[in-house]
Amino acid sequence: MTDDELIWRIAGGSGDGIDSTSQNFAKALMRSGLNVFTHRHYPSRIRGGHTYVEIRASDDPVKSRGDGYNFLLALGDSFARNPQEEAYYGNEEIKPLSENLDELREGGVIVYDAGLLDTDEIEDFDERVEENDWHVYDLDLRGLAKEHGREVMRNTAGVGATAALLDLDLEPIESLMEDAMSGDVLEANLTILHDAYESVDEDYEHTHDLRAPEGTVDEEQVLVSGSHGIAYGAIDEGCRFISGYPMTPWTDVFTIMTQHLSEFGGISEQVEDEIAAASLAIGASHAGAKAMSGSSGGGFALMSEPLGLAEMTETPVVLVESMRAGPSTGMPTKPEQGDLEHVLYTSQGDSNRVVFAPGDPAEAYEQTRKAFELAYDYQIPAIVLYDQKLSGGHQTVPEAVFDEEPNPDIGSVVTEEDLEEAAQEAGRFKRYMYDGEGGVSKRSLPGQKGGNYLASGNEHNEVGHISEDPDNRVIQMNRRMAKLDAIREELDENADHQPVYGPEDADYGILTFGSAKGVAEEAVDVLNDEGHSVKAMNVSDIMPFAKAEVTEFLESVDEALVVEMNATAQFRRHIQGQLGRFGEKLYSLLKYDGNPFEPAEVVDGFRTRIDGSGDISEYNVRIESATGD
Amino acid sequence: MSVFNAIGEEREIDRDEFTPEIEPQATWCPGCGDFGVLKALKQAMPEVGRNPEESLLVTGIGCSGKLSSYFRSYGFHSIHGRALPVARAAKMANPDLEVIAAGGDGDGYGIGGNHFMHTARENHDMTYIVFDNEIFGLTKGQTSPTSPKGHKSKTQPHGSAKSPIRPLSLGLTSGASYIARTAAVNPNQAKEILVEAMEHDGFAHVDFLTQCPTWNKDAKQYVPYIDIQDSDDYDFDIHDRREAAEMMYEAEDALYEGEVLTGRFYVDEDRPSYQEEKQATGDMPEEPLAERYFDDDYEWERSYDLLDRHK
Ligand SMILES: Cc1ncc(C[n+]2csc(CCOP(=O)(O)OP(=O)(O)O)c2C)c(N)n1
Ligand code: SF4
Repeated sequence: MTDDELIWRIAGGSGDGIDSTSQNFAKALMRSGLNVFTHRHYPSRIRGGHTYVEIRASDDPVKSRGDGYNFLLALGDSFARNPQEEAYYGNEEIKPLSENLDELREGGVIVYDAGLLDTDEIEDFDERVEENDWHVYDLDLRGLAKEHGREVMRNTAGVGATAALLDLDLEPIESLMEDAMSGDVLEANLTILHDAYESVDEDYEHTHDLRAPEGTVDEEQVLVSGSHGIAYGAIDEGCRFISGYPMTPWTDVFTIMTQHLSEFGGISEQVEDEIAAASLAIGASHAGAKAMSGSSGGGFALMSEPLGLAEMTETPVVLVESMRAGPSTGMPTKPEQGDLEHVLYTSQGDSNRVVFAPGDPAEAYEQTRKAFELAYDYQIPAIVLYDQKLSGGHQTVPEAVFDEEPNPDIGSVVTEEDLEEAAQEAGRFKRYMYDGEGGVSKRSLPGQKGGNYLASGNEHNEVGHISEDPDNRVIQMNRRMAKLDAIREELDENADHQPVYGPEDADYGILTFGSAKGVAEEAVDVLNDEGHSVKAMNVSDIMPFAKAEVTEFLESVDEALVVEMNATAQFRRHIQGQLGRFGEKLYSLLKYDGNPFEPAEVVDGFRTRIDGSGDISEYNVRIESATGD
Repeated sequence: MSVFNAIGEEREIDRDEFTPEIEPQATWCPGCGDFGVLKALKQAMPEVGRNPEESLLVTGIGCSGKLSSYFRSYGFHSIHGRALPVARAAKMANPDLEVIAAGGDGDGYGIGGNHFMHTARENHDMTYIVFDNEIFGLTKGQTSPTSPKGHKSKTQPHGSAKSPIRPLSLGLTSGASYIARTAAVNPNQAKEILVEAMEHDGFAHVDFLTQCPTWNKDAKQYVPYIDIQDSDDYDFDIHDRREAAEMMYEAEDALYEGEVLTGRFYVDEDRPSYQEEKQATGDMPEEPLAERYFDDDYEWERSYDLLDRHK
């Protein structure tokens, strides 16, 4: 957590190029040595509707969107105007100003496009400006853009004005533009950038104090989203087959993978539905490729039966599930962590799967790799569970995180030599024979001599033939179920997926899973600064659950607040269910309004619970105690 | 040496090699048409020159789905209606495999209808055998998508109000490039058609009429059948879509009137298979994907090389 930070919000109409503009600006800030975190807010509409992107930049690490923001660049909604008459209609055009003022901090800066917006139409604007000591700059960004190029380039004019007002070096911005454009378009944009910069310097008196923080990060950083983390992790793990059907927000991973797989000699398939998608991944894996699929809520629901098929046939496969607010189609572009139990328990029978929930893009990369490794070593489906927030938000990550060797190892597969000596029955290879090693039996691949067997979703004997023999059933069930214990053991030995943040001997704890990690860590900083004694743990090993680490954490604190984005405390229930105790120590802070937690909400939630000094009444959050023990 | 060492192995292949030591009588009823499919497939394989271990038979769920238990090749007994998506990805991952998918009419034309349509559309190089017995066998005799209109069953006690689907026509409109119908009671034709289907470079759809004496007693045993290629009454060009469509229509109507028309209905030898199409667009490697994991000389590229765009 830091005081010296810029949180820049660019607001306007969705479809107006806000995303690309903000991406470039975020990169420019990163190139000037800052840590950056971006947050994208957009409605479920293609064009129309209000949208904004927030870029938080600081020399200190930034792990969440922060609380409120301090610089607003308000662009107009170009499509909300009647293109023929060049006149406004409806009320939509003033939203970039009116919709965004509530969260603007005291002393903040507003740049608005006076060519498109009129502050007279906004109630109490002047009073609010005065009350909050806002500094307002009314630039005709549209005019500037039109003078040298086209109206859409007003984003560039806005960035030029921002740079002038924050004393930012234009060089990183220019070089990014040079990378992204060429020819006349580049020329026009560069002219507009400079024009806006100069006009702010010449025509306006600078009344505000806000400046861009000084960046001193000298490590090479990259700006990536959780979706990139997952896709790149899969690529490095040798995944060369992906099948999917579009559904927000999973589409991000699908698109990134598809974009690159052919360059990497792989195959991507957009198919007819999610049942097919998961089934294709199973088919490709069965034939010997490293394969993945995935979806979001409703699409993942369709994968329930193939998921069980993968488990029963012991076909390795990695599925990703990007949560959005539900039930049903819910809120497609809004994050929630409400699919936890869906992912844990979907599919019939006593079914087993590995579930990881990475907390940031770096973890997304590492844990996707781990998910593949375990899936192929143990022949079990593995799920990477994340949400819309981690999917779309970009964050600076040290480049070194990705500087890892590829791993094309396909896991527990027999060799030709093995097969010459392998046990056979009924003319088939005993592919499901228990050799006593963590439940894993070696598999052969179609085409291998001496390896033919039947992979069956029905309960089967060692060669795959359907069997309802009670003794065989128990042996096969026990063998498959033993895998999770073996995986847990392996994870406990080698991995450290559950980072603890804050003083080791803290009295209180905050528990999160997935994308809530950074928010909790920032809240911990604030709380300890004001004299509380608190630490946070983000749990990624959801299944098999990180029992030892979470137990140790909970034993060391008097009480813990479980922070999660859903209404029914699914994660808290999972902890209680897995550990069978600690009910008396656990309290929940729940949020399910479609927006991710902000640090202040966690801070106030904690204060409210611990000593009553907080006030959560103004937030859409709820505190709940655990029922039972 | 390739890790898939059974693929392309040249040797005498005997049909007995396709028989595992397990008895189909254990689940199939006496007189079931499924025996006919099993037999025809075992006879066809040596003629195609495929040995058991370079073949992958993916089946759905149903009596028909048990085919993979009684046929000795690599097998995948998947879930109801989903044999095709499993099969086509296996083929994409390793195009050297002889991939056959099979399932019932409920499996393929009902629950898996969407996959049938899309697999045919994509024209994957594989063979799809549908055991068409006009009934749900395994779940004890419910009305299926190919049951005739008015068909009575425990789930349609007043008689089905639905017209049966037209499997051959559906295959044609969906894009299958080889479409034939044969019957378990006609072993020679069945074998020949399966050989052709497997040798066909594209999606071969075989609607295989199989009697279910247990649940579909009134239904004909598909005799007397007529082989349309052998009969002088049916003269049409199997390479012509329109003529084929008309012939299919006739055969589909005739079936419910007790006239069993079998044979080849449509063959398109020119249409490239999905693999070829995908390779042409650069979306699929020339070498089998699955081989690559065993190639010690292959240089695995990594995502690090993509990071420039994030700087
Ligand atoms: C998702 C799902 N729904 C239903 C079933 C139950 N089921 C098993 S086989 C079958 C129908 C089989 O009929 P058909 O596909 O015509 O094959 P047949 O048994 O006649 O060979 C059904 C409904 C199932 N296994 N899975
Ligand atoms: S129920 Fe019908 S389809 Fe199933 S095995 Fe018996 S005869 Fe064959």
